[in-house]
Amino acid sequence: MEYQELLHRCFRCGWCKLPLNFVDINCPAYMTYRFESFSPGGRLWLIRAWLQGDVEMSDRFREIIFSCATCKNCVEACALPKIKDNLVDIVIAARNEIVQTGKLPGPVRDYLMRVYDTGNPYGKPQADRLRWTDGLDVPLYRDQEFLLFIGDVGAFDESGMEMARNVAKALQLAGVSFGIMGEEEISDGNDVYALGEKDLFKHLAERLMKGFGDRGVKKIIALSPHSYNAFKNYYAAAGGKIDVLHFSHLLALKLSNINGGTLQARVTFHDPCYLGRWNNDYNACRSVLGGIRGIELAEMERNRANSLCCGGGGGNFFTAMLGSGPDSPSRHRVREALDTGADILAVACPICRKMLEDAVKDESAEDSIRVRDIAGIVLEAAGAWH
Amino acid sequence: MEILNFKPELCAACATVDCLMKCQYIDIDLEHAREESLRISRGEDSEVLRKCVTCYACEEYCPFGNHPFYRIVDLQEQLDLLPAPRPLAESQVRMMAPRGTISKKPVSFPLVDLCAFPMLKGGIRGSLFSGVSVIDGMDIFCNLMFLHFARSSVIRERLPQITKSISSCYLEEDATREVICYHDECYGTYTSWAPAYGVDVPFRPVHLFQYLHERLLHLKDKIKPLNLTVAYQRPCSARLIPEMEHYVDDIFSLIGVKRAERRYDRGSALCCGGVMEAQQRFELAAENQEKNIADMKQCGATHAVFNCPFCFYTLMGKTMKEGITPVLMVDLCHMALGE
Amino acid sequence: MEGILKELEDIVGRRYVSASPEEKYIYSRDQGLQEPHDPDAVVLPGSTEEVQAVIRLANRERVPVVPMGGGLVLSGLTIPQKGGIVLDMKRMNRIIEVNETSRYAVVEGGVSQGVLKAYLERRHPGLKHSLPDAPPVATIAGNVAIHGSGHLSQSEGGFHSEMVTGLEAVLPTGEAVRLGSCSTVPGWFSRAPLPDLAGLFLGWNGTTGIITKIGIKLFPKPKMEDILVYMTGSVDILPDLIYRITGTEMAEDMVAAISPKPDWLRGFPILLITVTANSEEEMAMKVGIIRESVRHYYQTMESGFMPVPPYMKSQFLGAPLKDLSKFADVMKGGGFEYVGSIMPVEKLPGACSAGLDIAEKHRVTCSMGARVIGRGHCMMFFNAYAFNRADEDNMARSALALEETNRATLELGGIPWKAEAPGQQDILRKMEPGTIQLMNRIRSLLDPNGIMNPGNWEAR
Repeated sequence: MEYQELLHRCFRCGWCKLPLNFVDINCPAYMTYRFESFSPGGRLWLIRAWLQGDVEMSDRFREIIFSCATCKNCVEACALPKIKDNLVDIVIAARNEIVQTGKLPGPVRDYLMRVYDTGNPYGKPQADRLRWTDGLDVPLYRDQEFLLFIGDVGAFDESGMEMARNVAKALQLAGVSFGIMGEEEISDGNDVYALGEKDLFKHLAERLMKGFGDRGVKKIIALSPHSYNAFKNYYAAAGGKIDVLHFSHLLALKLSNINGGTLQARVTFHDPCYLGRWNNDYNACRSVLGGIRGIELAEMERNRANSLCCGGGGGNFFTAMLGSGPDSPSRHRVREALDTGADILAVACPICRKMLEDAVKDESAEDSIRVRDIAGIVLEAAGAWH
Repeated sequence: MEILNFKPELCAACATVDCLMKCQYIDIDLEHAREESLRISRGEDSEVLRKCVTCYACEEYCPFGNHPFYRIVDLQEQLDLLPAPRPLAESQVRMMAPRGTISKKPVSFPLVDLCAFPMLKGGIRGSLFSGVSVIDGMDIFCNLMFLHFARSSVIRERLPQITKSISSCYLEEDATREVICYHDECYGTYTSWAPAYGVDVPFRPVHLFQYLHERLLHLKDKIKPLNLTVAYQRPCSARLIPEMEHYVDDIFSLIGVKRAERRYDRGSALCCGGVMEAQQRFELAAENQEKNIADMKQCGATHAVFNCPFCFYTLMGKTMKEGITPVLMVDLCHMALGE
Repeated sequence: MEGILKELEDIVGRRYVSASPEEKYIYSRDQGLQEPHDPDAVVLPGSTEEVQAVIRLANRERVPVVPMGGGLVLSGLTIPQKGGIVLDMKRMNRIIEVNETSRYAVVEGGVSQGVLKAYLERRHPGLKHSLPDAPPVATIAGNVAIHGSGHLSQSEGGFHSEMVTGLEAVLPTGEAVRLGSCSTVPGWFSRAPLPDLAGLFLGWNGTTGIITKIGIKLFPKPKMEDILVYMTGSVDILPDLIYRITGTEMAEDMVAAISPKPDWLRGFPILLITVTANSEEEMAMKVGIIRESVRHYYQTMESGFMPVPPYMKSQFLGAPLKDLSKFADVMKGGGFEYVGSIMPVEKLPGACSAGLDIAEKHRVTCSMGARVIGRGHCMMFFNAYAFNRADEDNMARSALALEETNRATLELGGIPWKAEAPGQQDILRKMEPGTIQLMNRIRSLLDPNGIMNPGNWEAR
């Protein structure tokens, strides 16, 4: 297995369970399951035990390996410089090994099969990818400056579609020239990669790269931090040269183009893992929020590099291994947001948006806090809210 | 074996004994000074060997270039009169030892020698340093710091190999090649200590300030005068190379900086106190630091400019507390270029 | 065992019971060198009542119960030597009360050091608790139960067990008891003036019951801290240096380090002295007094204070120190275990020399050092052996070195701390028979069925 030589170097000292400021458990899987086996160190020790034949492959083992949300809190917090950078890579490598065995947890298998069969994890016709544009004037990509890449959640999930509409409208308001791929868009493969299906990822990446090439796409705006990460880090490594921005980067740059706008609200911002810890960007979204008059930014105790994952990363949004119980990361996160006294929980990722919206309902906190993506907040402030 | 080129007859004939009379740390009258100077020149024990704070200044004060300070250090070592605790000296000797891992590496020129200060790499950037290569590490560390620890022997032992390594690994043994010395200490090693001990330097050392001055002249149109009054903290190793001193003024005038008229600058510069702490002279260290800071404040400086990283680390916290911004010379130049 | 899994699930919930091979594997071992042994089940209780119910069930079924906090003891004390149930206490993670004026906190048995530190920093920035040199996920209760010590042990009253102001514990027969002032009045402020029963749960390695709540002393947190590093050429002067510096009462923490690595430290033992203050003036005064106390040493130039540049200070300041966990990778192999010996300060040179001999004999890497406890009343001397988890020979040699160090400690007049089960036997062999009898009587009274962490303190 790739990275096998690093496995025995984990001391299982447990720094990985906490954020750098120790506020509370910050590993989504460990937070949910609470057995040492589900902590990053426990997972590494078990992978080694499996490779050595000390434990057998089992449903429980697969659950342990696939419940990691790839949020990289462990990478941030690990005490051992020689292994820390690869902690999530090791989990992905172990998943890849399990993929090779062909025996996957049901939800993982179903997710991958649907992506394979239909180009999206919802198993829906590709034609549905345009549903979110109903009532909007969003052109297909021809020769605009940017391609806006919507991603699966933005195209198929009701909450994600609302976010896609917000982002498109906000970009239009900011005077950004963009088009979309429409039915030709397929999964970016970020979470396929995170689930260890590297061959399927490669297939998706090649198809998309060809699609970009055929259209002469030079610059991409990603709706989802997951897409942003894939294009920026994985496609580039595969030889694809793509200039990619997350939509928040554009909004931060062009906010001054959107005239006026005030929103009297106390807002707390939830850093998406694939923007924050994965790509070290903690400022663009805050700069958008900070640029809106009337917004009072209240940080949660776990913010920036210490941010708590919503629990939807690493394929978990689709496989739902971390569930939605009171100990799930999204529920913890909503309680933390409520502690700030914020009226709005701001998000920048369609997965976080959906996860946290559901958690707000589960916490019966709809009257106290609402989840809004930052494009929606920009529109609301500008009075362009639908 | 490298031996100091020291001429006792020059000391015997010296009327002013500037080495001791100008010393800021030893209070002595002329007659007494002459006696002690003669003892030192004869290679005998002297109270000076115990009182010396190793500030290097007498190298600058001696009108004959007779290397009184190098002589003092040689004698301290011979007589085992330690200016700093033995374990500190020994552990430093080990910590700063050449690693023997240096190998040939293609470099582009100009070549900047960062000595043992890789943490300063961040300053080597922008138009001032476009196209330069940086070399650093223990295998090219000049080792001159052991003058503070009565360990001339370490420098004598290590320096010939260090200069050879630089020449063979980076310069293709071309003696006309220039090496820009970031730290005054390296430049002092190659242009003062090495000739004094007959160590061959098979390349042409260039002082950072000379390089900066040339680059700034070249980039003159980009300079936005900073209009600042700064206090320059002159380091001990500048005492070995007073001929480079004018570059500080030249650079300041190019970037629109006024060098505050400090009481403790130029010939009267006062040690940052860092070495004194290693020498367990805590009260003196604190006194020097207080005097330096009070002097910076009194002359109206808003910034304290350093070139020596050790002085910088020693005084940065204290300057900041007084509202004076500590800044390295290179960063001051970057500021003037708006970079 | 099959039969009681369902009952365990009924007590704590299905999610929090496991008898899967994966959990058995992880809970069968710790990071140290003791032999693994599988539990029959791992249970994560969420409340005192759940702990009680599990214990009653275990009594009925005569099943061993092993309480576990952070699981970072390294010496195998949470390895279920005779199987049974491992009770991982970390779901009991509530901070119940902080009394700012009387400076104590009451926390549940699974609260970690890091979480309490973070909580105090946010809500009571003028207070702190004594942190052990363990990772932040170590628990308060677990550390107290093994007589841990930490960064305020020098200045603020010794072992962490001495900082306990009250306990709630579940007895081996299932009753919950409160000890200290909380047994009689609402506050958790003191163990005195009542008969001190808290000692029944401190130092017993989980053989007398399970701590479910704990009151722990908090201390003022000065605004500034600084580090002095005193370097010597010999361990021989360390006891006197410690005596003189503790005598000034100006140092917060004092740790001696005798390490073969990095190379520049080899042969130069250092004393790390942490000083805290609320103002520059106070800091200068304290540092000045400490320096003055050892002036006659540094004036000889055979030892002295090492200047520490600001970027190096952060390696020594702050607790817990992440760099300590890096020691596990010294052999590029994810492991270390140490013998911590509680011994008088004057034994330090002898302990060092024994440590060097043992390390050489077994060809292992050994770092040594000592944390001063109290005003030099004693110290926790450590011989830490880093090993490579992928090198069985290296692990075997490290294990032999540990065993020999335990014995050498007793020979020197010290006592191994949180000793492995074989080390406990070494201690018991030296112990007065009357003391052993008393321990046995107490245990049979409290734990008639012998279910609590069997294999530990088993005096025959």
